[in-house]
Amino acid sequence: MLSIKNLHASIDDKEILKGIDLEIKAGEVHAIMGPNGSGKSTLSSVLAGREEYEVTSGTVDFDGKDLLDMSPEDRAKEGLFLAFQYPVEIPGVSNVNFLKTAINEKRAHFNQEPVSAKDFLAMVKEKSALVELDSKLASRSVNEGFSGGEKKRNEIFQMAMLEPKLSILDETDSGLDIDALRIVANGVNKLKSPNNATVVITHYQRLLDYIVPDYVHVLYNGKIVKSGTKELALELEEKGYDWIKQEVDLA
Amino acid sequence: MTTAELTKKDIFLETLSTLDFNETEHFLALRKNAMKELESLEFPTSKTEYWKYTRVGKIINNKYELGISKEVDVQPYLIENLDANILVVVNGFYQASLSKIDSESGITITSLSYAKKQELEGVKTHFNQFTQDKSEIFLAINNVYHTDGIYIEVEKNTQSTKPIHIINITTGDNILSQSRNLVVANVGSEVKVIESFINEEGSANFLNHVSEFFVAENAKVEYNKIQDKKENNYSVTTEQVYQEANSNFTINTATFNGALVRNNLNIEVDASNCETNLSGLYLGQNKDHIDNHTVVDHKKPHCNSNEVYKGVLDDESTGVFNGKVYVRQDAQITNAFQQNNNILLTDNASVNSKPELEIYADDVKCSHGSTTGQIDEEAIFYLQSRGISKRGAMKLMINAFAKDALERISIEPLQEYIDQKIEERFA
Ligand SMILES: Nc1ncnc2c1ncn2[C@@H]1O[C@H](COP(=O)(O)OP(=O)(O)OP(=O)(O)O)[C@@H](O)[C@H]1O
Ligand SMILES: [Mg+2]
Repeated sequence: MLSIKNLHASIDDKEILKGIDLEIKAGEVHAIMGPNGSGKSTLSSVLAGREEYEVTSGTVDFDGKDLLDMSPEDRAKEGLFLAFQYPVEIPGVSNVNFLKTAINEKRAHFNQEPVSAKDFLAMVKEKSALVELDSKLASRSVNEGFSGGEKKRNEIFQMAMLEPKLSILDETDSGLDIDALRIVANGVNKLKSPNNATVVITHYQRLLDYIVPDYVHVLYNGKIVKSGTKELALELEEKGYDWIKQEVDLA
Repeated sequence: MTTAELTKKDIFLETLSTLDFNETEHFLALRKNAMKELESLEFPTSKTEYWKYTRVGKIINNKYELGISKEVDVQPYLIENLDANILVVVNGFYQASLSKIDSESGITITSLSYAKKQELEGVKTHFNQFTQDKSEIFLAINNVYHTDGIYIEVEKNTQSTKPIHIINITTGDNILSQSRNLVVANVGSEVKVIESFINEEGSANFLNHVSEFFVAENAKVEYNKIQDKKENNYSVTTEQVYQEANSNFTINTATFNGALVRNNLNIEVDASNCETNLSGLYLGQNKDHIDNHTVVDHKKPHCNSNEVYKGVLDDESTGVFNGKVYVRQDAQITNAFQQNNNILLTDNASVNSKPELEIYADDVKCSHGSTTGQIDEEAIFYLQSRGISKRGAMKLMINAFAKDALERISIEPLQEYIDQKIEERFA
């Protein structure tokens, strides 16, 4: 589904991603871990199409299409979704209204009729229940005045509404209380299917108890320096990153 | 004095001097009075504080002809689904044949000239009552040389059922027009007025318009002003409002265009328990220059005023906002709220914003604020990442920004009309 080859990206001439290789297949869950500042959010921003980052080399294939060649909105319409580490507040723009616009733009992209008001409402009801997002929040301005945890739930609510093929969850667990973490993780699991894939970026093994990854990768200094299965996350939880850093620095 | 060179003012006024007014003594005397004041006034310069950010050179250096009465097709200027009395003024002259008035008991809707001719009591009492000797040259020029416009009077305790839609058109090239309205809302009455300022083709036209509002005790007036001039026309409009006790005055101004637009809004709140709402939205493009100067003068206690002006400035357009709120010593327990927010869409667009509070009473709640900024790029990217195009995202954000500026419009078809115009602009 997603094939990243030798991806390099920089901002203001400072190289941040230094050759990323990653293969993700439908039905898989990948976890990306790594120390602060290693480039995890940069990777998700580059994949989502943030203009500030310049891709200096490498390719990204998304279901047979050149992802890097698409505008951010086309990437979304093709099924990429990014749950932001820091969701922005957009005063005056209603959450449900913009989602309706987004869904209809996506439908138009595939030559489908706009969603009917009735179906849309039913969808909002169903999906907000999935992450137990208060329906009042669903209709308020995007993230405006939301608590940190509410913003994260809202990201997953949007993900549920947009039904993406590939979801990247950038530290969705940070800021969630213990119950919310379980609720949001359950929501993500319910949305899992053999046809879609999920990338979870996290610092904590705890989330991976709920969303069980098929693969765990360690991103360090702009590169994936180690990959393994869920046991790797347990090992990291126990030992921290120093041993990996040492391995890399020795090599 | 020797035979001095003709000044710009002389040349400007020469065009108007051929106007002939066939009026009763009372009204001719008012014009004469105003003439005396006009003689002592000069056009503002860059040193005139009140006009600091708006140069009138474009207006006063142009050579004009007098506007003539003319029939135009008003169909394009009607508001969809709006059941209203329609009044048409072209180049400062009332067009009876284009107007459509359903007579309603207790409500007088006529041309101002007719009302003057009949010496209707409301006109005699209130016309020019609060517009003399204000030391403003454009107001003085209108006092002396106004041609015609609309007179509306609502009798005591009468509510007009239909809104009144005035379509104020200028047409031709280099045409100088001086229209004038008077709205008298007697005790306990209620009326809603819409005025569309339109330009039917042509360029370098200048409209100098004045509306007076007398809002008596317990009366309620809503005035909605839509300025949709072409980008190469000029206008200076002045509203002079006087509020008595327990009255409510709301003005909503939407400006979509204009090479030079100057709005002078002056509201005198001269009794207690009044409510005053001033809202504005201005969307500048190309080289538009849109200037709103507002004054709310709280003279008596227990009044509320709310002011929100918002601007979106594109291309090389300029916005000016100057809002003054006075709270006089007697005006205890006043709540005055004032806000001006602007979005600049390009690096070449600009805004001069100056909200001002002058408070002489001690028991008051007042606040003011002003913001100017670009559209939040982070927010745009966020919306894009959900599948909305960049243009669509901008549109959503601008609409959201602009929408709440005019939420006090109570006439639904008008609200829809304006929303649609906003959407068309950013489509
Ligand atoms: N706009 C920018 N300008 C300059 N440096 C930047 C910019 N954005 C990111 N960086 C740098 O790139 C590096 C990677 O940042 P990134 O946000 O991708 O890290 P991360 O792995 O997500 O960290 P965290 O775990 O703290 O979220 C950091 O050193 C950061 O300072
Ligand atoms: Mg990060």
